[in-house]
Amino acid sequence: MGFGDLELLTLQQYWWIIFSLLGGLFVFMMFVQGGQTMIDFLSHNETEKTMIINSIGRKWELGFTTLVLFGGTLFSAFPLFYSASFGGAYWLWLAILFSFIIQAVSYEYRSKPNNFLGKRTYEIFLRINGDVGSFLLGVAIATFFSGSEFIVDENNFSHWQNDLRGLEALLNPYNWLLGLALIFLTKISGALYLINNIDYEPIRQKAILSIKGHMPMFLITYLGFMIWIFTKDGFGVDENGVVFIEQYKYFNNFIDMPIVSALFIIGVGMVIVAVFKTIHYEKTCCIKTAGVGIVMTVAALIVSVGFNNTVYYPSTTDMQSSLTIMNSSGSHYTLTVMSYASIMIPFVLGYIGYAWYSMDREKLTKEEIEAPDAHNY
Amino acid sequence: MEEHLVDWSRAQFALTALYHFLFVPLTLGLGFIVAIMETIYVKTGSLEWKKITKFWMTLFAINFAIGVATGIIMEFEFGTNWANYSWFVGDIFGAPLAIEGILAFFMESAFFAVMFFGWNKVGKKFHLLSTWLVAVGSNLSAMWILVANGWMQFPIGVEFNPDTVRNEMVDFWAIFFSPVAVSKFLHTIGSGYVISALFVVGISAWYLLKERDTIFAKRSMVVGATFGLVASLFLFLSGDESAHQVAQKQPVKLAAMEGLYEGKEGAGIVAVGILNEEKTLENDEEVYHFEFEIPYALSLLGYHDPFAFVPGLKDLVYGNEERGIESAISKMEKGKIAVQALRDYKEAKRNADEVGMAEAKAKLDANMQYFGYGHLEKPEDIVPPISLTFYSFHIMVTLGGWFLTLFGIVLFFFIFNKDIVKQKLILLSAVLSIPLGYIAAEAGWIVAEVGRQPWAIQDLMPVGVAVTDISTTNVMISFFMFAVLFTILLIAEVKIMTKQIAMGPEEAH
Repeated sequence: MGFGDLELLTLQQYWWIIFSLLGGLFVFMMFVQGGQTMIDFLSHNETEKTMIINSIGRKWELGFTTLVLFGGTLFSAFPLFYSASFGGAYWLWLAILFSFIIQAVSYEYRSKPNNFLGKRTYEIFLRINGDVGSFLLGVAIATFFSGSEFIVDENNFSHWQNDLRGLEALLNPYNWLLGLALIFLTKISGALYLINNIDYEPIRQKAILSIKGHMPMFLITYLGFMIWIFTKDGFGVDENGVVFIEQYKYFNNFIDMPIVSALFIIGVGMVIVAVFKTIHYEKTCCIKTAGVGIVMTVAALIVSVGFNNTVYYPSTTDMQSSLTIMNSSGSHYTLTVMSYASIMIPFVLGYIGYAWYSMDREKLTKEEIEAPDAHNY
Repeated sequence: MEEHLVDWSRAQFALTALYHFLFVPLTLGLGFIVAIMETIYVKTGSLEWKKITKFWMTLFAINFAIGVATGIIMEFEFGTNWANYSWFVGDIFGAPLAIEGILAFFMESAFFAVMFFGWNKVGKKFHLLSTWLVAVGSNLSAMWILVANGWMQFPIGVEFNPDTVRNEMVDFWAIFFSPVAVSKFLHTIGSGYVISALFVVGISAWYLLKERDTIFAKRSMVVGATFGLVASLFLFLSGDESAHQVAQKQPVKLAAMEGLYEGKEGAGIVAVGILNEEKTLENDEEVYHFEFEIPYALSLLGYHDPFAFVPGLKDLVYGNEERGIESAISKMEKGKIAVQALRDYKEAKRNADEVGMAEAKAKLDANMQYFGYGHLEKPEDIVPPISLTFYSFHIMVTLGGWFLTLFGIVLFFFIFNKDIVKQKLILLSAVLSIPLGYIAAEAGWIVAEVGRQPWAIQDLMPVGVAVTDISTTNVMISFFMFAVLFTILLIAEVKIMTKQIAMGPEEAH
C-alpha cells in the first residue's frame, strides 16, 4: 500500500498538516527576524553588535528557505490558494517579499568594504525585515479568519474585488493583533536564541531584560487575537461543499478536535515555561523548549482552519468562492507524487539538525569574533 | 483585461528573471570550482590552496547572497502576476518547485553556514563535504526549476480536466525525463560552468596583468581554464541537443532564431547578418540586408540531416500541404472548438445533462492540444519577435565559440610551459570576456523565452490568458520598484566584489 491508495481527502489533510508544520517551523525560525530588530538594543558596542549579527546570521537562510518551501508547497498542494491569494493580495505579499529580499543581502554586505549603501543601511534593512516582515505575515495569516474580498469564477480563475490589493487587510484592527503578536513573539524567541547561542554575559542580561518587556505585550495581543477568533462567526462548509456562517466556528473547532487544542495549549505553555525559566533561573537552554512550543502552537492554529469542515481562506464578497482544503487542492496524482517526495523531509530535518549541532557545539564567544582569521558578517 | 497589462507583466517577469540569472551561473559553477580547489587543499594540505579556496569562496558568498535575494521573488511571481497560469497548470508546475525546496534549497542553506563559518568548528572532511553539498544542492535546484520550465516549452504527461478547468499531472516521470527538460538542464548548468570559469580565468588574468599574486593567479587559472574547456565542449553538445529539441517541439521558435520565412531543404545558418526590419510575413522584402551563410547547418542542427526540410514561418502560419504542415488558421479553428466545448461542458453540467457533458468532453478531448490557439486573434500571432530572437541566438552562439577558443589558448600556454604572463593581449581578452559570458547567458534565455511567444504554455495557454486580473498601474509600480531595488543591490554587489578582488587573496575576507 502506498500514498496512491489513500483517499483524496486523506492526502489533502496530510498536505494541510505538512503546510501547518512548515508554518510552525517558519514562525520558529523567525527568531532571526526578532533578533534583527534588537541588534542595537542588545549591544553596547560594535563588537557586541557583530556578535549578535553573526549569531543570527548563521541561521537566516534556514528561515528564508522555509519561506520559499512554504510557497512551493502551496503552489503544488493548494494551487487555488496560490493563484487567488498571491495574485489577489498582490501588495500584501509583495511587501512581505521585499522585506525578505533586503534581508538576503544585508548579512553578507553589511561589513564589507565599499558596500555602496553603508553599514547602517543594511542594519536598517534587517530591522525592516524583522518588524515589517513579521507584522505583515501576521496580518496575512489573520485573513485566514477575517476573510478577503475575491471571487473565483467557473474556470477557477480568481478576481480580487478590492483595489487596495491586499493592503485592505491593514484596515481591519483585529488583523493587527496577530501581526503585533508575531512581532513580540519573534523578539522573545530571538532573545532566547541569543541567550543560548552567545556565551557572553552583558548580551544575555540585556536579552533577559528585553523578554521581560516583550512577554506581556505578546500575551496581551495574542490573547486578544484568540478571544476575537473564539467569539466571532466562522466559515464552515457542509458535505456538498456549500459554505455557510457558523457561530463560534473557530472555538468549536478546538472543542471538536481535542488533539489540536491540546497541542495548542501545551505549545503556549512551553513558551511560557521557557520564558519563566530564563527570567527567574537565568537558564540558557530555553530556545529549545520555546521553539517546540512555537511550532506546536502555530501548527495547531493553522490545522484548525483546514480541518473539521472549515474554510481556511474565506471570501467575504462571495461566500461560495471561499477556499477549503477540498476545493483548492492539487489532483490525487500530484498529491501522491508529492507525498513520496515528503518522505525525504525527516532526512532533511536530520541533516539540518546535524549541521546545526556541529556548528553550535561551542557557543559563540567574543574571542571567536575577534580572531584574526574570523569570517565575520 | 486592461491594455498593456500583459506587456508590463511580461516586462516585470523578464526583469526579475534576467536579474536573477546574473547571479545563478556563478552559484552553479563557482561552487564546484571552489569544491575542487578545497579538495586539492585537503589532499595536499598546502596552505596556499587553502588561501585560494577561501578567496574564491568569499566571492562566491557575495554573489550567492544577491542570488538568493533575487530568487525568492521568482518562487512567488507565478502567483502574483500569472495567477490564471498558476491555476491552469499549478498541478504540474508546483510540484517541481516544492520538491526543489525540499530536496535542494535546504541542502544549500544548511551546509552554506558550515562552509563559511565551520573552518575551525568541524573536521576538514566534513567541511569539504559541506562545500560539495552546497554545489550539488544548487545544481539540483537548477534541475527542478528547469524541469518546470521544460514542461512549459513542451507540455507532456498531463490530461485536461474540464471539471476543475486545469491540466492535471498523469505521468510524473514523463515530465521529469522530458527530453526538453533534460537538454535545458544540461545546457543551463553548462552555461553556469562556463561563466564561472570565465570569471576565475578573467580575474586571475587581471592579477597577472598587474603582476601581483602570480602563483595564486596561475593556479586559479589552470583550474578555471580546465573546467571551462570541458564545460564549453559540454555546452556545445547540450546546445546542439537543445536546438534539435526546439526543431521538433517548437518549430516556430527555430524559424525565428534564423529569420527563416520560407521553408527549405538543406537550410543554412547565417553566421553574420543584418535583418531587414521592413520584412513581414505578408510582403516580399528581402529578409537580410546582408548575410554570410553556412550552408546546410540549420538542417543539420535541427534534424541531424544536412538535407532535411526546415519549415519556415510562412509554412507554419499559413500551412504547407505538400509537407503536411498544418496552418495556424486551422489550429485556431480547432482551438475555438475546444474553447467552446469547454463552455458547453460547463453549461451541460449546470443542467445536469450527462449526455451533453459526454458529447462536449469528447469534442474537447479531440481538440484539446490546440486549446491555446482558440484564444488567438490572428494566425500571425504565433510568430515571436523575430529580430530579438535572431540576434540573441547569434550573439549566444558566437560568444560560445569564442569562450571555447579562449580556454583552449590559455591552457595551451600552461600545457607547453610557456609563460602566459607575457601575453598581455590574451590576458586582456580574458578580463574583457567576463561580461561577455553574462551577455551570452542572458541572450540564451531571451531565445528560450521570447522565442516561444505568445505562449505561456506551448500551444495550451497564451500569455494574455495566463496573466493575473489586476490593473496595469499596480504592475507598473511594482516593475519600477523591482528595477530600482535590484539595480541598487547590483551596484552594491559589483562594488563589493571589485573591492574584494582589488584587495586580493591576502587581504580579502
